[in-house]
This record gives sequence, structure tokens and C-alpha cells, in this order.
Amino acid sequence: MQEQRDFRHKHFAHCESGVMSLMVSHHGLPLSEAMVFGLSSALMFAYIPFLKLGGMPLIAYRSRPKGIIRGLQKSLGIKMKMHTFSNPSKGMETLDALLQQGHVVGAQSSVFWLPYFPPEMRFHFNAHNLIIFGKEGNDYLISDPVFENSQRCAANDLKKARFVKGVMAPKGLIYYSLAVPNHIDYQRILPVVIKKNAKAMLKTPVPITGIRGIHALARSVTGLSGKDPRQARLFLGHIVRMQEEIGTGGAGFRFIYASFLQEAGRLLGDNHELERASHEMTAVGDQWREFALLAVTTIRKKKNEKMNFSALAEKLLHVADAEADVYQRLLDIHFT
Amino acid sequence: MEQDRVPQDNISTYADNKKVMYATDRSGNYSIIASSGWEIEEEATLQAVREMKRLAREAYALAAKGERSPLFFHMYDRRMDLQVLAEATGLFKWRIKRHFRPAVFRKLPEKILLRYSDALGIPRQTLCNLPQQNKNL
Repeated sequence: MQEQRDFRHKHFAHCESGVMSLMVSHHGLPLSEAMVFGLSSALMFAYIPFLKLGGMPLIAYRSRPKGIIRGLQKSLGIKMKMHTFSNPSKGMETLDALLQQGHVVGAQSSVFWLPYFPPEMRFHFNAHNLIIFGKEGNDYLISDPVFENSQRCAANDLKKARFVKGVMAPKGLIYYSLAVPNHIDYQRILPVVIKKNAKAMLKTPVPITGIRGIHALARSVTGLSGKDPRQARLFLGHIVRMQEEIGTGGAGFRFIYASFLQEAGRLLGDNHELERASHEMTAVGDQWREFALLAVTTIRKKKNEKMNFSALAEKLLHVADAEADVYQRLLDIHFT
Repeated sequence: MEQDRVPQDNISTYADNKKVMYATDRSGNYSIIASSGWEIEEEATLQAVREMKRLAREAYALAAKGERSPLFFHMYDRRMDLQVLAEATGLFKWRIKRHFRPAVFRKLPEKILLRYSDALGIPRQTLCNLPQQNKNL
């Protein structure tokens, strides 16, 4: 079998936004990863104590899986086809047929079962996105956005990765675009998606998402002082991992969004307020990284040294306040 | 973050891979830059890996003593826990817990063993035994 013509792998910060940036660019609409991220209003925070990943609560710094694909469809009017399968063999056959027809195909998969991931990075995380752009013999040609170069994956391994069961199970999800517009009305769309995202972060109906979610996490961190120190260390390490490693991380997403705000500001005729919000969002990302540093310094503390959880919680509240200020500023902008 | 502050710590957990970071240049313009990792992230990753190895090591000791079935070890060795294994096999947790008992595990029908070997991604033969030495632990 062949490989899709003119397809070029690119290295991105995040899997889902990378896949969508590459996919629409491949279809003739060049769109940066940051623009994809912003247009799908994908910046989020969620702390979900009852949804466990490896025994630890889910902490997300972006909208839920598939949120970017769906958000972009909605804001740009891209037509996408999405398939899930109950029968794995059928799912592989459909993939082959789509490749034959010349599509580049997005797929959801589990990180643990993809052999090209370094062993230390292989965790049971099921919502990883990648592009399949060809097949050679028994190997699929994979454009995994978080890798510098394109990869190969044997059919059986890919099948396993696509059809693993569990939290956020991919169910063999594949997707491809049917129609991509060749022009975007930025003047109309950008204000809408920016306000939508700011609203989602500030005015959340549930106390575990948005700014209120950061507050909830801060409360849990304060509560660690009454917990077993080993468990407390694991929890702190888990926050940092969810923030810095799994996918792109909390700070990383803030920087992507800051980059989007800068790009948006320029597209809207040098909008100074957006440029300023971009700077502030950068500062928020830096604060998230300071928090990660503080958390790991706390983990390092020796057994007889006291871990200062309230200092960590306070740092989180600072981040929350700084983030809330940026969203308020974005809501206050009068776009002309 | 500014470009010259993007960490380049060559961390072990990346295994020579790089990650993209968004960072600003001197005039404040964003662009992407490849990072070889941040030691803070490495520490958090290694902590999680160590914890998984600790669980596998303890499970190995229990299985070697005959207090738990090999399944108990293989679950942790594949970086799973009861929750993940239950979801991956579609079996109830209480059933899996029973299968951690060596006497129950020995009598499991082929069908159930295949479900485990499929979910764990190891051959049936490997599933029913403990490895000789545990090189990874």
C-alpha cells in the first residue's frame, strides 16, 4: 500500500490540537496549532475526584477528549466523519479502506500499547490522538504530533492501542475530514470563541471545573496534611505529572493559549487588549510552572522534614486569581 | 515563558525525544521551540514509575510465597491496578480479587485466562507463571 501524497509530519505540543492542525492544513487550510486550540475554546481546568486514572483523580487542563475536534467543527464548519467500532477487525478494515481512498485518518489510542513511546512514558492513558497516513506491509505509518519524527506501528499493536477498554476507551475511534472551508471569517469568529472560553472558565455550573476547580484542588492539597505522607507525595507528583507530562500540561496549554491570543490580536488589526491578555496568560503559565517546582521541592523533603501543604494551596489560589483576571479582561473587551 | 528559559535538561524519561514548547522571543513574539525536558517533570515521572515498580515487586514477593496468584503480579507488572484490569477485562472487581487466590486461579477455565492474557497483552503461558527473576524490579 502507499503513503498519502504530500503529507508532511510536524511536531506539536499537544496531540489533539496537533492532529487537527495537520489535518486541516493537509486539506489546504493552513492553521497553526495555537489557532486550532483557540478556535475550539479548548482551554479548561477540571479536577474530578471521582474519575480515577491509576488510582488518582483526573486533573485536566484542557477541554475533554474530542473537544478540540468537535469545537473546531462547530466554529469553522468543517465537516468531519467520526467512526467508532464494536468489532476490532471491522475497525482495522475500515481504516485500511480509508487509507486506500487516500484519506489521512485521525485515531484515538492508548499510550501504553504504542511501542514507540519510551518505556517510562507508557501509562494507561486512553485518549491519545495521532494520524495514520499510510501502510507499508504490516506497518502503519503514524504521524504522532508529540514526536519529532513520524513513527511506525505494527498492525497488532495499533489494534490493541485502538481497542483497549477502560476510562475514556477509544472504541477504535477514527476520524477524517470531508470538507474544509478555504476561508475563515476571523473578525466574526475570534470574538465568539474567545468570550466562550473565558465564560466557560469563569462561570461554571459545577464547583470542579474552571477557576472553581482550581479552588477545589487547592482545598484537597490543604487536606493532605492529615493524610499518609507517602500518599500525599504521590498525589503531589500526580498533579505535576498531569500538568507537565501527560499530553502537554497545564502550563503548556496556558502558553499555547497565550500564543493564540497573540495571533488573534494580530488578525484583528493589532488589537492591543488581546496582546496584553496574551502577556498576562504567559505570566499565568509561568506561575503554573512555579507551582510544579514548589510541589516537587515539597516531595523531595526528607521524612523528618515537614511538608508545607498550605503554601502549595496558597500558590494554587494565586494562580486561580491571576487566571480569573485574564478571563475577566477578555470578557470586558469590546470588539468592533 | 521566554525562549532562553525553556528547560533543556536532557531528561532520561524522554529517552532522547523532544517536546514542543511555546515560548516568546526578546520582542515578545511567540514561536515553538523543542525542549529536551525539565528535571522537575522527570522527577515526577520517575516517582510514578518507582511506585509502580514497588507495587510489582511486592506483588512478586507475595506470589513467590504462594500467597497470591501470578495474576496479581502481572497486573502490576503491566502498570495496571484492580480498577484498570476490571475495565480492561470487563470482569467485576470481586471476581478478579478471587482470582488473586492461587487455589482459585489454578482452576480458572481457559476462557477467563484468555481474557486476562488479552487484557494484559501477555501470552497465556506467561500469565500462569512467575518469571524466574525479576529483572525490571
